[in-house]
Amino acid sequence: MAMAQPAPEQAPSPMPGATPAADRTPLVEMRGIEVSFGGVRAVQGVNIDLYPGEVVGLVGGNGAGKSTLMRTLSGARPPDHGEIWVDGKLASIGNPRDAKTYGIETIYQTLALADNLDAPANVFLGREITSRGQLDDAAMEDATRKVIGRLNPNFKNFKSAVMRLSGGQRQAVAIGRAIQFNARILIMDEPTAALGPAETAQVRDLIRQLKKEGLGIFLVSHDIHDVFDLSERIAVMYHGRLVGTVNKDDVTTDDVLGMIILGKPLTKLTEEEKAALHA
Amino acid sequence: MALSETTGQATIEGRPASPIRRAIDRIRTALAPVRSRFSMLEVDTRLIGMIVALAIIWIGFNIAGHGTFITARNLWNLSVQSASIAIMATGMVLIIVSRNIDLSVGSMLAFIGYTMAMLQTIWIPQMIGGQPQPWIWIVTLIVGVGLGALIGGLQGFVVAYGGVPSFIVTLGGLLIWRGLIFRYAQGQTIAPLDQTFQMLGGGTVGTRVGAVGDIGSWVLGALACVAIVASLVFTRRRKRRYGFPTRPLWAEIVVAVVGCVVALGAVFVAISYPLPPNVADAVAKERGIPVPPGGFATGVAIPVIVLIIVGIVVTFLATRRQFGRYVYAIGGNPDAAALGGINVRWTILKTFALMGILAGISAAVSTARLNSAVTNLGVQNELDVISAAVIGGTSFAGGIGTIPGAILGAVVMQSLRSGMSLTLVDSPTQDIVVGVVLVFAVGLDTLLRRRAG
Repeated sequence: MAMAQPAPEQAPSPMPGATPAADRTPLVEMRGIEVSFGGVRAVQGVNIDLYPGEVVGLVGGNGAGKSTLMRTLSGARPPDHGEIWVDGKLASIGNPRDAKTYGIETIYQTLALADNLDAPANVFLGREITSRGQLDDAAMEDATRKVIGRLNPNFKNFKSAVMRLSGGQRQAVAIGRAIQFNARILIMDEPTAALGPAETAQVRDLIRQLKKEGLGIFLVSHDIHDVFDLSERIAVMYHGRLVGTVNKDDVTTDDVLGMIILGKPLTKLTEEEKAALHA
Repeated sequence: MALSETTGQATIEGRPASPIRRAIDRIRTALAPVRSRFSMLEVDTRLIGMIVALAIIWIGFNIAGHGTFITARNLWNLSVQSASIAIMATGMVLIIVSRNIDLSVGSMLAFIGYTMAMLQTIWIPQMIGGQPQPWIWIVTLIVGVGLGALIGGLQGFVVAYGGVPSFIVTLGGLLIWRGLIFRYAQGQTIAPLDQTFQMLGGGTVGTRVGAVGDIGSWVLGALACVAIVASLVFTRRRKRRYGFPTRPLWAEIVVAVVGCVVALGAVFVAISYPLPPNVADAVAKERGIPVPPGGFATGVAIPVIVLIIVGIVVTFLATRRQFGRYVYAIGGNPDAAALGGINVRWTILKTFALMGILAGISAAVSTARLNSAVTNLGVQNELDVISAAVIGGTSFAGGIGTIPGAILGAVVMQSLRSGMSLTLVDSPTQDIVVGVVLVFAVGLDTLLRRRAG
């Protein structure tokens, strides 16, 4: 049925010119998302979408609302207003468990690991394999060895509490948890912030590989070079609002920096303002 | 080789190796193969440390008490005296692991104990009129355990869904549950209890003994050995199936043999304690046989069997079920647990309900042992229970603690008290010693943990 009806009617594309494949259904579409904490409007009317096999970089200064926006998608903090569409259908995401049923997995900046538990327990946290009501630790360890082996072949400490692991190994556990369950939509919040150069390269390779496999990835990052290197499109947030979404190939890093710092869409940036950035 | 290396290093640093240092190095080198073998056993070193500490306490008191501590009689009594606190300590581990506390256990125990005493001595007899019935004890026990689940669950509900800190909720509970006793018993002592119910305390009524005798004890010991071997074989097979590393076969055998020796040794101690002469005479008369030369064996006490069952069940919940995994995850990182999709509130509520159930079981054991419910039942038990859990390695930072550790902690506490009583140390001094030991044990544990990093 869905094949027979061509796409134009569904999923209006909010940003013409910034949508690479308007003929396809977006994996995720967030419309008019609003989040307030007390009197602070952390996210105000944001529209953003994500297509399969695409990385959308989400950038902005501290407190721009990037993480809060992503937390609405991961179910950690449901939005006060707005809709989230997954595969062209309205999704109801009230908690992290809901998000996971839609194939949305998140790698949090804090990693969100239970430090006292070992790697398999963390990978399967909340989704343990059980047999006859009992935890099947051997099966979970086996699966964990496979998924983390994909990321870091040198990882050996499957029985140690993750607090005893290095930053890169902990990151591998957090990423392993996200990709173990056939995620289709991945949210990565500062995935390389705590990593050394070699480990950062590994994560970048992984992102490219997952992209090839058809996942959609939201990449939240401070590192503009990371974002330029990995993303197809870049969405810029400023004080809770979406400044704009641009195709990476159409802009320079300076353009994006201008949007981040001044909070104005590219077209409204004057030459003087751009020049001032360099001063 | 290792020796020359270490001494060589010491000289390079400019400090010539002292004879003492050289001796220490030599011992270390000699022990190195033993240590590496030991690590292959993959046993919990913290638990081993506690067992060593317990052995030191026992031997110390035995010397100080001129051989009165390590006797079948004293160890049997120690096992019965530890049971009530140890039962509750298993639940307290899960409460503290999930970053909460339950100060109300002593008052819950008293409230439930009173309710059970009233039920079997007043309410049920009034309802059915006259004759004691064989089913009274089990009805009483079920009501007590159910009541425990209810009031524990109520406290858990207020903590988890009401967002009131558990310290406050259970501090309130400490006052409320004890206060309620006076509402319906006006401070009276309720006694005597149902005869079958009394067996739960390990006491003796006429010819009925609250212990399982020699045959029962050996059966218990044999069951323990079978369980130990079966679980080792099962674990090894599972690891093999997935191609995980297993410990060497000799290590498995050592663990199995040590486990069986400990279990059978405990049985041996329990059957070495004979029934008192007057009870033995009555039993002999009833069975129509003469008293055997060594007397009748008492065997493992019922409260100890209750403790063993509770220990196994709670360990199973803590380590083999999702519930336990969630409790530890919440203790390790509550945010991560919530983001992982765990229902944190429901899990917390369940830990408090479980604590209430265990307080109910302990209430049965302690009222049965006293053959009465008295108003100061379980006073300060919360402190003993928390101390037992903490001495057993449970961390107030959350996420860390084991059930066997807490049971051992309870035995350590009771050994100190019992040993000091035997050596005629007065009660205030006992409190001082227990207090010092508590702080010292936790301090040492923190230090070692920090080192292990």
